[in-house]
Amino acid sequence: MRVATRAVVWSGGLFALLCATILVSAGLGPVRVDVPTVARATLNTVAVPAGLSVGLSDAALAGLSVPVPSVDVSYTGLFSFDVPETEQLIVGRLRLPRIVLGAVVGFGLSTAGTVMQGFFRNPMADPSIIGVSSGAAVGAVAVIAFSLSAPLQAAAFASAIVTAFAVYVIATENGRTPVATLLLAGVAIQTFLGAAISYMLLQSGNSMEQVVVWLMGHLSNSQWSEVEITLPLTVLLFVALLAYARDLNVMLLGEEDAHALGIDVEWTKRILLGGSAVITAAGVAVAGPIGFVGLVVPHVMRLIVGPDHRILIPTSALAGATFLVLADTVARAGPAEVPVGIVTAAVGAPFFLFLLRQREVHSL
Amino acid sequence: MIRVDSAARTFGEVSVLEDIDLRVDPGEFVALVGPNGAGKTTLLRVINGLLDPDEGEVTLDGDPLSELSSRAVSRRLATVPQDTHVGFSFRAEEIIEMGRTPHRSRLDWSDDGDPVEAALERTETTHLRDRRVDDLSGGERQRVLLARALAQEPDALLLDEPTASLDINHQVRVLNLVADLVEEGRAALAAIHDLDLAARFCDRLVLLHDGTIAAQGPPETVLRDSQLADAFETETAVTRNPVTGTPTVAALSDRPDRDSHVHVAGGGEPGVEAVRSLWKAGFDVTAGPVPAGDAVVSLCDQLYIEVTTAPAFRQPGEALDDALTNARAAEAVVVTDGPGGQLVAEATDSTVQVRAEGHGSVAARVDGGRVDDTAVPALVTAVTEQLDGGIRSNSPGKNAPHK
Repeated sequence: MRVATRAVVWSGGLFALLCATILVSAGLGPVRVDVPTVARATLNTVAVPAGLSVGLSDAALAGLSVPVPSVDVSYTGLFSFDVPETEQLIVGRLRLPRIVLGAVVGFGLSTAGTVMQGFFRNPMADPSIIGVSSGAAVGAVAVIAFSLSAPLQAAAFASAIVTAFAVYVIATENGRTPVATLLLAGVAIQTFLGAAISYMLLQSGNSMEQVVVWLMGHLSNSQWSEVEITLPLTVLLFVALLAYARDLNVMLLGEEDAHALGIDVEWTKRILLGGSAVITAAGVAVAGPIGFVGLVVPHVMRLIVGPDHRILIPTSALAGATFLVLADTVARAGPAEVPVGIVTAAVGAPFFLFLLRQREVHSL
Repeated sequence: MIRVDSAARTFGEVSVLEDIDLRVDPGEFVALVGPNGAGKTTLLRVINGLLDPDEGEVTLDGDPLSELSSRAVSRRLATVPQDTHVGFSFRAEEIIEMGRTPHRSRLDWSDDGDPVEAALERTETTHLRDRRVDDLSGGERQRVLLARALAQEPDALLLDEPTASLDINHQVRVLNLVADLVEEGRAALAAIHDLDLAARFCDRLVLLHDGTIAAQGPPETVLRDSQLADAFETETAVTRNPVTGTPTVAALSDRPDRDSHVHVAGGGEPGVEAVRSLWKAGFDVTAGPVPAGDAVVSLCDQLYIEVTTAPAFRQPGEALDDALTNARAAEAVVVTDGPGGQLVAEATDSTVQVRAEGHGSVAARVDGGRVDDTAVPALVTAVTEQLDGGIRSNSPGKNAPHK
């Protein structure tokens, strides 16, 4: 039980750290709220799904009104502590959605980064390596620049998935997907999409600033509705990827060895790639391509807990969530609000360099 | 256990394996030998299911490989890879535990310790369990990978060059271990470069050449097979290692090709020296008559040289006639001081003589005159000069006179 025990102890500790960070973060900002009040307000906000109702709503598509089935989930609060209305509003409506979304995005990006670094056996791999972020950016920038009526997040998510799938198809021949081909196809597609994004940026006119902010990665104006979709999707995919953690360990020995140890290599690659692509797309769609979280956090955690993905995936995910909440707190409550992507890069890179100098990183 | 039936495999246009029939039974340690590029690794990959054969079939215990999942295959068959580089900082024990992968469900994270402990003990790697694999030496890492294979609890082992990166001590230890495992009833098939090691540890050798099985059987037979020289494109000499008692092979790629026949008459140490140096210099050599049991006889046996023997302490009679036939057909005759030499000298007009002098040093004489005291090159020089001089050149060899 040693591995499972270690995973639970590390994850438990990091989860507690994440919760503490969320509570402290929610108290910080233009209006300071003390931690006990934050805690009560947070608990008041906690809700569980109480019912499902499926209805039809009209969506405009190409000038026509098309009925689209929509799922309404009703939530019921679990607690009702006594909290002043202003504080409840600030914490529950303004700060928590953003903080929780930040945590979910950080969680997802770090999970995907960990899996991709192992998958590619390459320390430079990050969640966007197969073009997910560039793909999302194309969708999002198109929506902003050309004022399309499609919802931004949905467009970003869809174009991210399409891009990742295209990279996979390009790199696959006769049912086999060599990792090196995948990597290079991803780089080429990213470059190509970079051109498209730059062109749209030039054409974006008045919305250019909005495009730039999106491209930097941001969490402002986050809504509970975004959390409602991103959180379950991220957790679900995280569980799926965690289920393949042992297979990923064996894949680190090389595909030939993995095959000799009974791993269905191509199937496992599809699961790992698909899971990482979707979890990344879910995060990038709501927060933009926040850099460095998915690259640095897995490295740091690998130095601490070792290369076993059964421990590395959950600890990286929780550490990534904590890191992004902290970075967004700086971005949000600092002297001037900046996109969180600037903070993650500005803080993450020097910290990583410090680690490089302190502890020799000779392999993944 | 492992059975390959008329398997073939091509890569693009190139046929790498053709019509391979192979069986490895439980309790049998079989070595796959052959030159670089003969298809050894490809055959191993076809057997472990990494590559599908284009034609033919591989069966494990009667079950076609194509109908087994890779998980099912890896419960019966473990592969010890050639590349012992493991790029990640896993601890040795974690690597060995990965051998349990085919036996456990995806979500079962418990350590089912016993097979891992047994593998650690068996491979004497218990003291390495907490070391990081990338800090281990090549020999230690190879043992860890063998332990990983054992943790799979397989019935059969495939090993790709298990000794390639090891020093002589670890080569023997690793192969000894495999031989022990085989004795317990497992089957093992190993691609091995080193023919001596293969002959020493394996029950059977399978010689692969250009994608086909050129010869197979007990080591003594395969190593003496003329197919061996063809496969490796070099002359080989097989001798018996006096310590291990198993055949050892020397490649003689540096032996030049001369089209001249030289007969060596006389045995003993001078005879051995003469036969050895002339053969190494590329001459076609015949020898005799020598007494049975003479050192020249065993040397000639190893080099596939025709030698006529006479019963010891008797007049060589018939043997002398045979030897004289060879001597007359030869372009040069070398007569040594050893037993039997003088008889030929009297019957032919030999001009090259070899004599033993002092402690095993040999002097060559031409026309009764001493040539040099560094006999081996001198003898070859003397014979060559004699042939060039056309004294006994009645056949149009390469070294025949420039008339």
